[in-house]
This record gives sequence, structure tokens and C-alpha cells, in this order.
Amino acid sequence: MSDFPKPDELLSNIDRTPPQTDWMDTPVNIRKGMYCYAANPKSVAYTHLPFPHQWNPMDEDWKLPENWKEILHEGFKVRLERFRSFKLFMDICVRCGACADKCHFFIGTGDPKNMPVLRAELLRSIYRNDFTAAGKILGRLAGARPLTVEVLKELWYYFFQCTECRRCSIFCPYGIDTAEITMMARELFNLIGLNIDWIATPVANCYRTGNHLGIQPHAFKDMLDFFVDDLEEITGVRVEPNFNKKGADILFITPSGDVFADPGTYTCMGYLLLFHYLKEVYGLDVTWSTYASEGGNFGSFTSHEMMKRLNSKMYAEAKRLGVKWILGGECGHMWRVINQYMDTMNGPADFLEEPVSPITGTKFENAKSTKMVHLSEFTADLIKHGKLNLDPSRNDNLILTYHDSCNPSRGMGMFDEPRYVIQSVANNFYEMPPNTIREQTFCCGSGSGLNAGENMELRLTGGLPRANAVKHVHDKYGVNMLATICAIDRAALPTLMDYWVPGVGVTGVTEMVANALILPGERERTTNLRGEPLPGMEDE
Amino acid sequence: MKLDKLLSQHKTALVKRWFDEVVKTYPVDTARFLKQQKDPFANPVGRTTLNGLEAMFDVLETGVDREALNSFLDPIIRIRAIQDFTPSQATSFILFLKQIIRDTLGKEFQDPDVMASFLNFESRIDDLCLMAFDIYVKCREKLYQIQANEMRNTTFRAFQRAGLVKDVPDEDSPGLRLISPTKNGDCNK
Amino acid sequence: MNLKYMYSLLAVIVLFLLAYLGVEAAGLELLFGIVIPYVAVVAFIAGVVYRVMGWARSAVPFPIPSTCGQQKSLPWIKPNKFDNPFTPGAVVVRMILEVCCFRSLFRNTRNSIQEGSKLAFQLEIWLWLGALAFHYAFLTVIVRHLRLFTEPVPAMIKMVETVDSFFRLEVLSDVVRIGVPGIYISGLVLLAAVTFLFIRRIVIPHVKYISLPADFFPLFLIFGIAFTGILMRYFSKVNIRAAKELALGLVSFHPTIPQGIGPVFYVHLFFVCILLAYFPFSKLMHMGGVFLSPTRNLPCNTRAVRHVNPWNYPVEVHTYEEYEEEFREKMIEAGLPVEKE
Repeated sequence: MSDFPKPDELLSNIDRTPPQTDWMDTPVNIRKGMYCYAANPKSVAYTHLPFPHQWNPMDEDWKLPENWKEILHEGFKVRLERFRSFKLFMDICVRCGACADKCHFFIGTGDPKNMPVLRAELLRSIYRNDFTAAGKILGRLAGARPLTVEVLKELWYYFFQCTECRRCSIFCPYGIDTAEITMMARELFNLIGLNIDWIATPVANCYRTGNHLGIQPHAFKDMLDFFVDDLEEITGVRVEPNFNKKGADILFITPSGDVFADPGTYTCMGYLLLFHYLKEVYGLDVTWSTYASEGGNFGSFTSHEMMKRLNSKMYAEAKRLGVKWILGGECGHMWRVINQYMDTMNGPADFLEEPVSPITGTKFENAKSTKMVHLSEFTADLIKHGKLNLDPSRNDNLILTYHDSCNPSRGMGMFDEPRYVIQSVANNFYEMPPNTIREQTFCCGSGSGLNAGENMELRLTGGLPRANAVKHVHDKYGVNMLATICAIDRAALPTLMDYWVPGVGVTGVTEMVANALILPGERERTTNLRGEPLPGMEDE
Repeated sequence: MKLDKLLSQHKTALVKRWFDEVVKTYPVDTARFLKQQKDPFANPVGRTTLNGLEAMFDVLETGVDREALNSFLDPIIRIRAIQDFTPSQATSFILFLKQIIRDTLGKEFQDPDVMASFLNFESRIDDLCLMAFDIYVKCREKLYQIQANEMRNTTFRAFQRAGLVKDVPDEDSPGLRLISPTKNGDCNK
Repeated sequence: MNLKYMYSLLAVIVLFLLAYLGVEAAGLELLFGIVIPYVAVVAFIAGVVYRVMGWARSAVPFPIPSTCGQQKSLPWIKPNKFDNPFTPGAVVVRMILEVCCFRSLFRNTRNSIQEGSKLAFQLEIWLWLGALAFHYAFLTVIVRHLRLFTEPVPAMIKMVETVDSFFRLEVLSDVVRIGVPGIYISGLVLLAAVTFLFIRRIVIPHVKYISLPADFFPLFLIFGIAFTGILMRYFSKVNIRAAKELALGLVSFHPTIPQGIGPVFYVHLFFVCILLAYFPFSKLMHMGGVFLSPTRNLPCNTRAVRHVNPWNYPVEVHTYEEYEEEFREKMIEAGLPVEKE
């Protein structure tokens, strides 16, 4: 009898107890599925970013520049001087733990280094070692540790497991914002060429062609022309978008994901229909631009400088075309950049007019300096003034919920406008639980340039808290459509739903608007923009 | 049928211990959070696991309703399949229940009736573990499938619809990778 | 064994012995009663100024407030004035809520949910309550101690004292014999809160995991201060008149060492000095930092008012001209308007 190992002995041979060592003594274990591939050096070189080189996170040798420590030290120092936020956030954390369980990556992975406080401590330990008296004298007692290659790898691994969603920051008694710390960390990696491809290549594309996919101007136009054909089939009306049109009233900029990736494409078709309606009924002249054809700004996931370089196109194009003001489409981090950075970086936009809706006369006081209005603000205003002819019953086959995207939520505060729009164009709407929406919304898990294919486990674990809340309303109210105002959400959430909550689709808010919008002279619609039969038309 | 009675009597304690053991497969500092945070939306992993274990225990007691078991087991395995676990680590928690019952009800096994039904019960647990393994493999397949298809389902399909598929992969386009991720997706290798 | 707090505990014990033996055995009253307090106060003031100046020297290039409520946009949408403050006045209210009520920390507690019939309270509300209790008790204790540095004692301070020792006046005055001092609630609350914050750090695994020795040191030190204070007041009575003489001497720059204050007083004073001197070099600076936090102290009118970045520098951009140069033929072919045909 005793010759046989007991079953639990066998089990205990399977190592299921995680290491109980202090975090500083727990070396990083770079796991496949959790990281994004290294940047293609060609992309890094195209935008003249430092140290383009071929490397692989799984390799022992990351082929760092010889003086990488000095570069990082200098870079750190400069950023402490340039950003009070950074210096303050390095200094004042008391490790109270309020943020610890607020991160979707911690909730989903259970990895303690994904607690926001610990993610920041990874970098703070270096700060203390290099820049504080206490750290220099007391060393580890004061929470300091020297920067080694191992530590660098750990920093890289975990700062590319943060989506800069800012959820932790609203719970912090000092407003410490991990997004800010992550941005700094990524700027530092950028200095020694440790970029990821999913960010660096879109950045290079966007710089060159104006959009992330590297689509050249004629193809961009082709793509919209095909939507025009589709729309004619559905509505019987041929819409005529303007491109690069000088003297138009408004320049419209949206993330290129809407133009090129399902289901964003349907949102894009929604924009086209809405602008056509406004032109036909009210004579509003909106133009698209192929040069500034990207609202999203992956530069903001690289460095503040790269953010500025990409963002500059918006004002430059508005100036060249001589429009009155700019209208921005449904995008997440694009709106963080517009709302909190654009005016400072590339303003003042004194060549534009303070935005006024020519249809309702509403002055957008809140955008009077930046001169850029969010489409949801614009549409909500139109609907409130009864300027759109809507038939919400066309969306009756949908039971909707709304996912607040991180950046418009915690970097802008846009909650009620999209909700008002949705509830005006659709009849079935249910909210997710209160601690998962509005300012407490959970990230899709794929933001800040992490929506690659190779880090799917990371994305799915990070998206679990969001999906779990969707599952709740799916089970309880039969919700079958998740509306959102972010292009990354539209790209990432279908995948997330496919794994966690099959049976729930993803849509943009303007797609819903366009479904409900009755165009002058349209024929009776039998399908929605996706070509699916409208409610009551299933048999035709 | 004495075992049934014993199991229902000790249900709360047994499930609690089972849950505790499962939670121990996570780092200590995470374990507390998984146990203590009662809000299912703030703590999907912990609550999904606890609810699943409870429900499965009920089903096991009464027999083997495969469909019901599957529906309770699936959410737990779905989570563990993408977390930092080996296949055995992800599924072996089912077997913990055996040892927990032995520890808790050990002295009752003197009774041959109880012993016999316990052996029977253990086989059900074994069955459940195999089901867990099936689900695990399905989840991993799903993972690879969505990984492979994501681009196809989004970008590629949009291009295809627009008839642009042939035009785009011209040699100097840096956007290549987005269109055919398998071709030069991992530029390191 | 958790070495993290052992180091800190050991440090505080050594400090205790230093002061106790220094006065009791070596007779260094002059050092502990006069020299060290002056040094500590100078270190505190210079250190705090240095740190705050250090932060102030760093630029605030971008307005990055966290928006925790509905923005002000269309006139018929009700904005959340204080969680998304549009005006400087609203920012002041937000900061007051933040500094005085720990508003963000309170946000934690909103998640407690109904489980069965009873409300499932979460540990988080205790963090908020504990933190509030700790900070307010500390503040009261400090205000109360001002009586030692003032002559005559201002009415404000006397009032704080009266309120603080409310307990005695209401309940015990008839029963307890004359001469027992009023029980100061603040001292006991401080001791309890500091104990709670310590226990929290060693009992809750994830808080334990993130804690550094530097997190335990101030807790032990403050525990030591509160403990010796209570000891002096209720048990080993010190000569309060002598203590006041010493304090008044220090603030009027005519320091003297009165007789018969007792070593516990010197330990108490030494702990306070260490805390003062340690303050600027530690996380305790969060007291000053919270006012400077750019995610909280900036108005959320970032699209209405332009924020200026002091180091904004020109960057390399890809101009429209360069773009058209590269794609002109294709643009013309597709019927897109161009600048140069």
C-alpha cells in the first residue's frame, strides 16, 4: 500500500503554489500570449525614433545600446523636470492599497504585479535608487533597487500590460495616475528602442499615409466609395462624401479603424448617412481628409513628442482646407488627446471659429478654444432640437447596453451624451452594473496599443471584468448588442464577446443613429446597415 | 444513501474548503482578494469560481447531469484556460474535492455502505475532471481560432467586401502585417 | 518572519533607548530638550520647503485632470460640478472634498453590495474611516499641544480641548475623583487608528505584499508618540508646568531646561523630533503633494481654455506638401483635389 504515492502526493508534485517571495525577489517570467512582438526596426527608423534594432522579448539578449543605463537615467531625469505629475507620483504614494484591486489586468490575471500600486513601484524603486537621498543611503529598506537587465525586462513586460485606462486613478486619494506613469515608462523604453510592433508600425503608417494601416489616399477614397454603393443598395439614396474639400463648413476626422475594420465600417457608413442627411436637409457641408485620415493617435503610446507629431495633422489640415471647426468621430484615446493635449501641443487654433452648430445654433462653449466637437455632443444636440427624423423601431431587434470607453470617460467625462443618443434611436436599452460603467467603467483590455493578436491571453484576461458585466445583462435582459464610442473597442470587443459571451455583437453609436435615420427620398429599408433584415422584414 | 445525507450535511464546509484550495492556486496576496471581494463585478474570477463549485457540488450529489455540470464547469475553466496555468494546473482543482471529502468524512468510511457510495462518488469526480479537460482543450482551440481569425474577421473582410484585397499588399506598404498576420506577424523569428 | 516591519520596529526601539538612556543615564537633557528639537524643526522646515520647491520647479505641461463625472457640455445635460470641475472655484471644492473628506478613497466603499439580506461591508470602508480617524485625531492632538507654546492660551485651543475631553464632562465628572484629567478622545483614537493601519498592513496579504519598511517606520513612531503621550497624561504624570516652560523657552528662543520633567517626556519629545526630521524625506510628504496633484487640482475645461506648456518645442512633422508629393499621381487618378496639378 505504502509503495503507491497517494493521489494528493501526485497532485502536490504539480506545482500549484505560486512563489511567496517578496516582489523584488520574484524574477519576471515573460509568458507567451502576454506580450506584443518587438517593433519592426524599419517602422522605428521611418519616424526617426532612437535605436531601431531587431530583438525578441523571449531572447536572453535584447541587444540594448551599450550605454542604455545612462540613457535611461538621463531620460528619467529630464522627465522628472518636465512633468510635475511624474515627479509627484514617484514621491507621494503611501501604498494604502486602494487601487490594488481596481485594475482589470489584476482582476483577470491575478498577477500581483498587475496591481497598479505595484506596477508603479516597479519604476519607483529605480527612482528611489537613482534620485532620492533615502534610497541612496538605505537602499532596499527605503524600497530602492538598482536597474539591471532583469529589472528592465520586468518593467517592459508590465508596462505593456497597462492600457492607460485610468481606472485606478479615480480611487487614489492623491490622484496618482498609472496611465501617466506608464506613458513615462514607455517613453523611456522608446529611448533604447524597445518599442512594440503593434504601436510602432501604425505610428509609422500614420505618419506617412495619415492612417494606421498605411492605406494610400486613393484606396481610402475607394473604401468610402464602396460604402456609398452599399448604402445605395440599402437605402436607395446615393450619398456623396467630400474629400479634402476646401471651404467646407466642417472637417470630420475619425479613427481609420472605422474605415477599414468591421464592425467599425458600419459606424463609418453611419457617419456617411448622417452627413448626407445634414447636407440634404440643412445644407451642412462636411469634408473628410485623406491626409488627416486618422483620429487615433498611437503616438500617444510612444511618447509625448510622437503624439504631437501625429496630432499636428488635424490643425494643419483644418487650416489648409479653411473649415470653420473640426468634428471628431467615435474614438477613445483620440479624444483624450484632443481633450487634454491637442490645444496645448499644436494650438492655438486661432484660424478656426468657435464651434457653433449651424443647424441648431448651439454654441459648444466647452470646445471654444480647441474648436473640436465630439460627434456624440453634436448628434445629441441635433436630436434634442428635433432636427433628425428618426424611427427607433428599426433598432427593435437589438437589446442594447453601453460600454463607456475609458478615455472619453476618465479623460473627458462624456457619459450622458451617447446615452441620450442611444435612447433616442433605440427602444431597448439596459445599463450594466453601476461599478462597471461611467467613471468606473472597465477597460476592454486591449487599449493603449495592446490590441495585437499575439497577446491574446492578456487581452482576454484583461477584458474579463468587462465581459463579465456584459454577460450579466446578457443573461438577465437578453442584451445582444454592445454599443460603444471607441474604435479600439469595436475592434477588440467582438473577439472578447466571442470568447466570453457569445451572442453579443458590438456596434458604434452612429450606426444605431443611421439605422433609425429616415433620409429624404429613401425607399423603404428592409435591412439595417449590416445587411441583416430589419424587425418585421425577416420574411422579405 | 447515507453518503448523500452526509454530503448535504457538510455541504457548506466542503464547498468552502474546496474553494479555499482552488484559490490557493493563485498568489497569496491575490487569494485574499478572490475570497473577500464579494461583488461579482469587481471580482469575476472569485465569484465565478465559488458559484460554479457550489452548483457542481449539488449536481454531483444527485448524479451526473452532464449538461448541467458542463454549464457550471465551463465558466471556471474558461477563465483558467487563459490564466498562467499549465493544463494540469488549470483542471486538477476538481480532484481536490476527493481529498477534502476524505479528510472531512474519513471516520464515516468504516461503514461499508458509505465507503461503497464514496467510491462511486469519486468516479463521478474523475468524470468531472475529464470533462474539465475537454472544456480546457475547447477553450484553447477557441483561443487559437480567434487569434487566427481576428484579422480575417475584421480588416480582411472589410477589404474583401470593398474588393481591395488584391490592391493592397504591394511590397513597400508598411501596413503589410495588419493584412496577413501569419506572413510576417512575428518579425523576430 | 516579516523583516520589513522588524527593521522599523527595531529602529524605533533603538530610538527609545537612545532618548531614555540619554536623559536618565547620561544626563543629556540639554541635547534632547534643546539641541535636537531645534535641529529637527530646521530640518523639517528646510526639508519641506526643498521638496515642495522641487515639485514646483517641475513643469505642468499638460492639463490631465481625471474626470470622475459628467462633463459640462450641452446646456441641458447636467454636469457633475465637483467630480468634473469646469471652473477654478469648483476645483477648490473638489480639492476640499479630496483633502478634508478623502473623497477618492471613499469611492472604494460604494461597491459594497447586497448579499442575501445583509449588506456585505467591505474592508475598504474601514480604510476610509481609519484614514479619516487617524488624520483628524492627529490634527486635534497637534492643535491641543499648541497650548504648551502659547501664553495666554487662545480661546480656540481651549475650545478644541473642551470638545476633545467631552467624555469626562458628560459622563465621569460625578463619579471620578477630582484630579483625574479629562480623557482626550483624540489620543485614544490616534492610538487605535495607528494600530488599525498597522494591522491592516500585516494582515491583508496584498497590502502586506506592497508594503515597504518605510511604510512601517512612521506607524511605529507615531504609535510611540501617542503611547508616551498617554502614558504621561494618565499614568506616570509629568510636571506639565515644567514642560510648558521648556516649550515656551524653545519658541521664544530663550531655551531653558526646567527640573523634574522626567525621561518619558524626553522620549516623547525625541520621537516627535525624529518624525519632524524624517517627514520631508519620506512618503509623509503626501500631505503637501496632494495639493499639487495635476489629476485633481486642474479644471476640466481643457477644451475651453488653452493650457500652455512651458517647454513646448517644435517637432518634426509630415506636412501636407510632403504627403501630396508622395501620392500626387494616385490622388489625381482617384479624383482627389490636389494643390499642385
